[in-house]
Amino acid sequence: MNAHAIWAIYRFEMGRTARTIWQSIVSPVISTSLYFVVFGAAIGSRITEIEGVPYGAFIVPGLIMLMLLTQSTMNASFGIYFPRFTGTIYELLSAPVSSVEIACGYVGAAATKSVILGLIILATSFIFVPLHIAHPFWMLAFLVLTAITFSLFGFIIGIWADGFEQLQIIPLLIITPLTFLGGTFYSIHVLPPLWQKITLFNPVVYLISGFRWSFFEIADVSPLVSLAMTLVFMAICLAAIWWIFKTGYRLKK
Amino acid sequence: MSPIISIKNLSKTYASGFQALKTIDLEIARGEIFALLGPNGAGKTTLIGIICGIVNASAGTVTVDGHDIVNDYRAARSLIGLVPQELTTDAFESVWATVSFSRGLFGKPRDPAHIEKILRALSLWDKKDDKIMTLSGGMKRRVLIAKALSHEPQVLFLDEPTAGVDVELRKDMWQVVRELRASGVTIILTTHYIEEAEDMADRIGVISKGEIILVENKIELMQKLGKKRLTLQLQKPLDAIPSELAVHNLSLGEGGKELVFSYDTQGERTGVTTLLSDLNKAGIRFRDLHTTQSSLEDIFIGLVHGDAAANAPASPELVSRTAP
Repeated sequence: MNAHAIWAIYRFEMGRTARTIWQSIVSPVISTSLYFVVFGAAIGSRITEIEGVPYGAFIVPGLIMLMLLTQSTMNASFGIYFPRFTGTIYELLSAPVSSVEIACGYVGAAATKSVILGLIILATSFIFVPLHIAHPFWMLAFLVLTAITFSLFGFIIGIWADGFEQLQIIPLLIITPLTFLGGTFYSIHVLPPLWQKITLFNPVVYLISGFRWSFFEIADVSPLVSLAMTLVFMAICLAAIWWIFKTGYRLKK
Repeated sequence: MSPIISIKNLSKTYASGFQALKTIDLEIARGEIFALLGPNGAGKTTLIGIICGIVNASAGTVTVDGHDIVNDYRAARSLIGLVPQELTTDAFESVWATVSFSRGLFGKPRDPAHIEKILRALSLWDKKDDKIMTLSGGMKRRVLIAKALSHEPQVLFLDEPTAGVDVELRKDMWQVVRELRASGVTIILTTHYIEEAEDMADRIGVISKGEIILVENKIELMQKLGKKRLTLQLQKPLDAIPSELAVHNLSLGEGGKELVFSYDTQGERTGVTTLLSDLNKAGIRFRDLHTTQSSLEDIFIGLVHGDAAANAPASPELVSRTAP
């Protein structure tokens, strides 16, 4: 176990976050706050409660998830793509580090950043809407697990991507739509029966549902199913990363 | 003493079907400076890439100090420092941060004193807090060397380390290399500046079209393949070589003012004495004479392009550079 290497990568990545604090922390917090203002305070006051929860509060878990998913993916993908792009990856490949250690460093840093971001957004939401967290432990568990899972996913995207465009495409064209359609702004119970079924193929539904349950004890699917789906998705990502490093896919010639 | 690097039956064919390395067998001795020469595309960088873990080999094995580079990659890689050919550096990091990062990546605990020593040796100390992107190309090259040395490697690979580096800096770098070698580090370098190999290396390997075509102690190589030329500056110019001197391997130069005699230093008889006596008999007098020896570059060109070039007289600039 090369703990020094994990720590070196982790510090390097956290240093990058610190250098780009406006882009990586301030900007997502501000844009999420705008959602709170517009949907929570301005429009939300005219929307009736959803399953007993005021609309402004109802959207908080979904919005945190939205930020968590896009930021984890973008951050982790950029972290590993940039060394590939500049060529500094040579050092990583020639170092006495295992794939697990490399992934720990990059994914750990990306997930840390996302969790910090999620907590800042959560704290901010208290300013705009009255909020009560029913299960703080599970709230944190879903937050951390999701951050790790989507950082793993982002790491894979960063290795797969062949250009900056591909790097942007996944968060913008896949994650954001899936999150919007996954119940950020509504309970999937408001959908027609057929769409309720189709929506269950959207993995983000489970993440948002579980996270929302930890706040309000209301859920579209059982929290245990949510937890299981999160872990399944994480296992798939881990398997993909293991395969990437074993074969050297897009990393080694 | 066992070799520090042992390469057996190594080959590499890229996914495109291009065979970069045919079958490489090579041993690098502990503590030597080994220069790997070869034209562009010969396989130098591929070979280094495989040893360092950047390129997967198609077949064959490599061990570093007895550690297999695949099965025991941690032990093998932690002994190696690599300075790549391309100037691939982070842009926004400071010099200090990037060199410290490399040390950690190679599994060594923080050691600011060691990093300081390296940065001072490479004249980077004043730049330690500068962002890498603000540095000149030569300075970036030093940063890459500092990174490679950060974890105190036993083997240092320098892939074209002085490409695009000015003379002053090149001298500094070779000074660092000499000091490293004195401390017991094995150095493997590729270079296009053959003078550098000639100056620095203990042994020379020549790689061409994916094959090692020669590995030889530098001095022996120069002796074995070295042609020497004796140039006689004549008192009176000659129009043609007199027939009584035809047995000697002579040519006229400088419009007949010089007589050039090529001979093999390894031959049992160089023929110099006979030539001088024949010249005396023919009444040809000379004002001055000097000898020149083939440079490594001539030898190298000869090996890669067949013997014709090696046997050809050295070009004037090579003569002036290597004149004894």
